[in-house]
Amino acid sequence: MNILQLEDVVKTYDKHVAVDKVSFNVPEGRIFGLLGPNGAGKTSLIRIITTITRADEGRVLLAGEPINSNTPTQIGYMPEERGLYKKMKVGDHLMYLAQLKGLSRKGAKTAIGDWFEKFEIGDWWGKKVEELSKGMQQKIQFIATVIHKPKLLILDEPFSGLDPINTNLIKDEIHQLQQEGVSIIFSTHRMEQVEEICEEIVLINKGKNILNGEVKAIKDQFKENRFRLDYDTELPTAISQQANIIEQGPNHLVIQLSAGEDSNSLLRYFISNGLHVTAFNEILPSLNEIFIQQVTTVEEAV
Amino acid sequence: MNNLWLIIKREYLTRVTRRSFILATLLTPLAIGLFFVVVSFIFQYDSDDSKRIAVIDEGNIFDGKIKDENNLFFKFVNTDLDVIKDNFDEMDYNGILLIPSLDDLLKKDFRVFYYSDEKLTLDIEPIIVSRIRERVRDYKIDQLQIDRQQLDALNTKIELEPKPIKAAPEETTKMAGKIAAAIGFFMGIIMYMTVFIYGMMVMRSVMEEKTSRIVEVMISSVKPFQLMLGKIIGVGAVGLTQLAIWAILIPLIVTVAGLFFGADADAMPPSAAAAGAEIDPEEAEAMLSLVIQELSQQNWWAILPLFILYFLGGYFMYSALFAAVGSAMGDDLGEGQALTIPITIPVLLAFYIMMVSVQAPNSSLAIWSSIFPLFSPIVMPARIPFDPPIWQVLLSLLLLVATALALVWLSGRIYRVGILMYGKKVGLKELGKWMFRG
Repeated sequence: MNILQLEDVVKTYDKHVAVDKVSFNVPEGRIFGLLGPNGAGKTSLIRIITTITRADEGRVLLAGEPINSNTPTQIGYMPEERGLYKKMKVGDHLMYLAQLKGLSRKGAKTAIGDWFEKFEIGDWWGKKVEELSKGMQQKIQFIATVIHKPKLLILDEPFSGLDPINTNLIKDEIHQLQQEGVSIIFSTHRMEQVEEICEEIVLINKGKNILNGEVKAIKDQFKENRFRLDYDTELPTAISQQANIIEQGPNHLVIQLSAGEDSNSLLRYFISNGLHVTAFNEILPSLNEIFIQQVTTVEEAV
Repeated sequence: MNNLWLIIKREYLTRVTRRSFILATLLTPLAIGLFFVVVSFIFQYDSDDSKRIAVIDEGNIFDGKIKDENNLFFKFVNTDLDVIKDNFDEMDYNGILLIPSLDDLLKKDFRVFYYSDEKLTLDIEPIIVSRIRERVRDYKIDQLQIDRQQLDALNTKIELEPKPIKAAPEETTKMAGKIAAAIGFFMGIIMYMTVFIYGMMVMRSVMEEKTSRIVEVMISSVKPFQLMLGKIIGVGAVGLTQLAIWAILIPLIVTVAGLFFGADADAMPPSAAAAGAEIDPEEAEAMLSLVIQELSQQNWWAILPLFILYFLGGYFMYSALFAAVGSAMGDDLGEGQALTIPITIPVLLAFYIMMVSVQAPNSSLAIWSSIFPLFSPIVMPARIPFDPPIWQVLLSLLLLVATALALVWLSGRIYRVGILMYGKKVGLKELGKWMFRG
């Protein structure tokens, strides 16, 4: 079951094509990465999903239904450009945003109380937003985004401006929400975060979908059969006939296997030759490398 | 609908509970009251600078009497001018008034001399002049043996009293035109100020939402049009609240201030007193009752609802335009100021036309401006006390409502694009394009 389906979505501003026939699905209960360099069309896509703007062509389905005026109450969206009314009190502000998302007064109050307890900020209700530090404001922003228990959570660069402690706090919350069944779209250009958090990604460049799939499958697809071997005794002398060594360090090797060659037989060769192996693992390309490679090849192709 | 209501409520409550709003709303009437007190105090302030004036009455016109007043003492002397001049310092006079003898009774001009090294100040000059004029007049009347009654009769006072040709239900008085002009002018001014003050308030608030980046959070929950409309309605309600409070407080405070620091007739400045002297108290009283009669005869049941209708129309129209401009502005207020010029020009023009229209409410300029929707909210209220033909009012209202709706809609289209546009300088041409963007 897919929580979100995009079918050939197109959005044009003046003559600039911001989103060019993009299709992908976000499976329910997953953390999904929406990646792309700056200006790739991520924000345009998100604005279409959140019904802020309308697509020129194509269809967007949320939980199987075309998006409509009721969609915003089912989505929690934390934009990259985010802020709060500085003069408002924290409690009033959250009440306001929660009620706009369709919560009743009473429901909003209870929900806010729960989150205040969770983040141990019970005494913030009467504080003005401008009295809070930037990190504290981000916490309020996060609560505002999830207060109405959305089915789909869209976070655009959620960690920008957060210190490591608050970053971890929000990360934990994201994982917990996922366990409660919330689907999450995580939009960023920071690849190390994607690798850590996302299970599935779509890579957008110049308004086009250039790569889509599970993180593990994509990494497999782009792996180059390279292995790293760590050892702490003398290497066999005839090593260079047995393996294609592309990098040699004081106590490690990087070996390129040819297609069809089995890594087990290589390992067996080393062991039978009396080498003491401390570690042996496949080198998978980082998403960052794939990202850069894909973006540049596409650009060369244009 | 529910969201619109929530937005209106927030926009209204955050403003009304703000300390600056409460202070401005309460202090403005106080400041106006204080202003009245200070002004009347200044006018009441008598010169404490006493002056002694030696009077040489060569023709013996005055018969040795001029009333002293306000620290001004007149002393008749029989001494020669040169003697006083020579001994001026010891004699402790501030000036010498030389009144020559009046030779030709039929001559209009009469020259009197005032010798002093001090400047003739404004507070004593009119007193001296009026005293001499009164006395010379009496003297001439006596000498020429004229009948006073005949003389008074010559000074005919003309009263032009308007009378309706078709039977009018109520009696019009000679004050009708002036009162209507005053009411019209007052309403025109209020319209002009409110359009500017609250329109600008909407604009600033839109800009704040954009620069504080709350706007994108908001429009993921509500439609941009709802957000804009909610803001306009909320700020409009703030404006009505403020006007209502002022409408009660200002007359109250001014009245109370008037009671305590009453500005009575004696306290008026000499020039005003001189002018006032020609209206006798009975006449002033009659005039006041005329004014009150005329005010109560105005058709307030038509004027006030129409005023509110034009207020709403004008406010919606202009504040929507201000909102559109605010949405297009970047973080830099100065840069966007140029965009407000196309809005302020019609408001200013309407204001000047309004000032002319209260004098000539049935000129074609006044008539067409009060129908043209960009001007009508300011010009038509100024014409309403003059009972304009009903078709003009209806046509103007119809056009105003249609234009206001159209402009709110168009502004919504600009706003929707503008609030999501960061760090880009936009011109009027671009705003036009946004209106037609899908």
